[in-house]
Amino acid sequence: MAPTRAAAQSAPARRIRVLVATRKGLWMLNSDAARNGWKIAGPQFLGHVVHHAVCDPRDRKSLLVAARTGHLGPTVFRSTDSGRTWKEATRPPAFAEGSGRVVDHTFWLTPGHASEPGVWYAGTSPQGLFRSADGGATWDGVAGFNANPQRKAWCGGDQDGTPDGPKMHSILIDPRDPAHMYIGMSSGGVFETGDAGANWRPLNKGVRADFLPEPTPEYGHDPHCVCYAESLPDRLYQQNHCGIFRLDRPSETWQDIGAAMPKSVGYVGFPIVVHPRDPDSIWVLPMDGTSVWPRTSPAGRPALYRSRDGGQTWKRQDRGLPRAQAWWTVKRQAMTADRREPIGLYFGTTSGEVWASRDEGRTFRCLARHLPLIQALEVA
Amino acid sequence: MTASASREAATVVRVRIPSPLRSYTGANEVAVAIPVLAPELPPTIGGVLAALDSAYPGIRFRIVDEQRKLRPHIKLFVGGRLTRNLADPLDSASEVMIVAALSGG
Repeated sequence: MAPTRAAAQSAPARRIRVLVATRKGLWMLNSDAARNGWKIAGPQFLGHVVHHAVCDPRDRKSLLVAARTGHLGPTVFRSTDSGRTWKEATRPPAFAEGSGRVVDHTFWLTPGHASEPGVWYAGTSPQGLFRSADGGATWDGVAGFNANPQRKAWCGGDQDGTPDGPKMHSILIDPRDPAHMYIGMSSGGVFETGDAGANWRPLNKGVRADFLPEPTPEYGHDPHCVCYAESLPDRLYQQNHCGIFRLDRPSETWQDIGAAMPKSVGYVGFPIVVHPRDPDSIWVLPMDGTSVWPRTSPAGRPALYRSRDGGQTWKRQDRGLPRAQAWWTVKRQAMTADRREPIGLYFGTTSGEVWASRDEGRTFRCLARHLPLIQALEVA
Repeated sequence: MTASASREAATVVRVRIPSPLRSYTGANEVAVAIPVLAPELPPTIGGVLAALDSAYPGIRFRIVDEQRKLRPHIKLFVGGRLTRNLADPLDSASEVMIVAALSGG
């Protein structure tokens, strides 16, 4: 596929809504037009672990929420009126009976291509891919992945993986072709399909997996978060367990862009965000990945790092953030951006704070405190 | 089959609902009718949960996974007897109690 730029325009100065998915329910933050005054609403689904809450950009009023509680099985709730009323999926994501596999929770939700209204994709823990064609009411497994004879080799067993369970995340739909998709798996790596999920192939060349006996395998990697540049969909970035990487298709080899990060901070983290109109502009939020992986901000001093040149150089952004003794971190789906000019950045912490910048990271302010652990943040 | 024969061929079971599932039932106790297909096929626990799901769609998947196994934190008492086997017959029990164990922070 030849690299092409896609149209990416700034959004008009409308109010911003941020969906805050937490370990204990869903909250919403609503701004004024200047993104200066914010009001919090919620909770909804109090007591549910909400792993992801996403607004459908195709109609801007449909919402899906991936939820479970400590005792009950996983489900998906959906709203067609911007979250005023909710209905539960009549058939939530579930593996085929007889497969022996059980969905622990739905971890990731992605709206389908603009040409396919009502289509959504879901990634689960353990790794499974599901598709809905009716706005999230019923879900079917994508057999080309879930029943793929190679799946176990790619991902390992369902008991392997991250402390909170192995996950499929970062389901990316090519805006130019609904059949062309990428997925990220922890663990498993990045995979690509060109036929709407019937066949998959690993796409991990150049990415390290130094926790494995063979540090450069074909698959088995741990991409924490993968995204593409809206304005240049052939430009992919990933924040990985072992670094930060960039891929410019049609190349198949990722370039290490984490090496330019300051040594005292390192290149480990979970989220990565790319500017909606500038494919060279990205943000990461590093965490302490040394020794036993404390998963805190490095030295208790949180900061974002921004690159304006595709990862060749990085600049620290921490104005307004705590200067010391702040030991939180940010989950992989808990940092996002709006489309305004200049763009707003938002992230939610493991200690229940929501921080925002309306000047592309130059200054930050805290929008909410004392929420439960934040799993995901999305702009609605 | 007449309407009265149909009524006679059903077993009514009282199901006690734990608080995490009351968003489905709106009550802490409901009655469900389990069809008796034949004398040699007595109603089972699985049949109770299927009938419960017919009346309150979605409730079964919250307590039973896609491999027809009870989820780890859920317990079922049938007439006071603990069971995890959905194929167990009801016998003479007329009450099923669903318990969502308390754990975590």
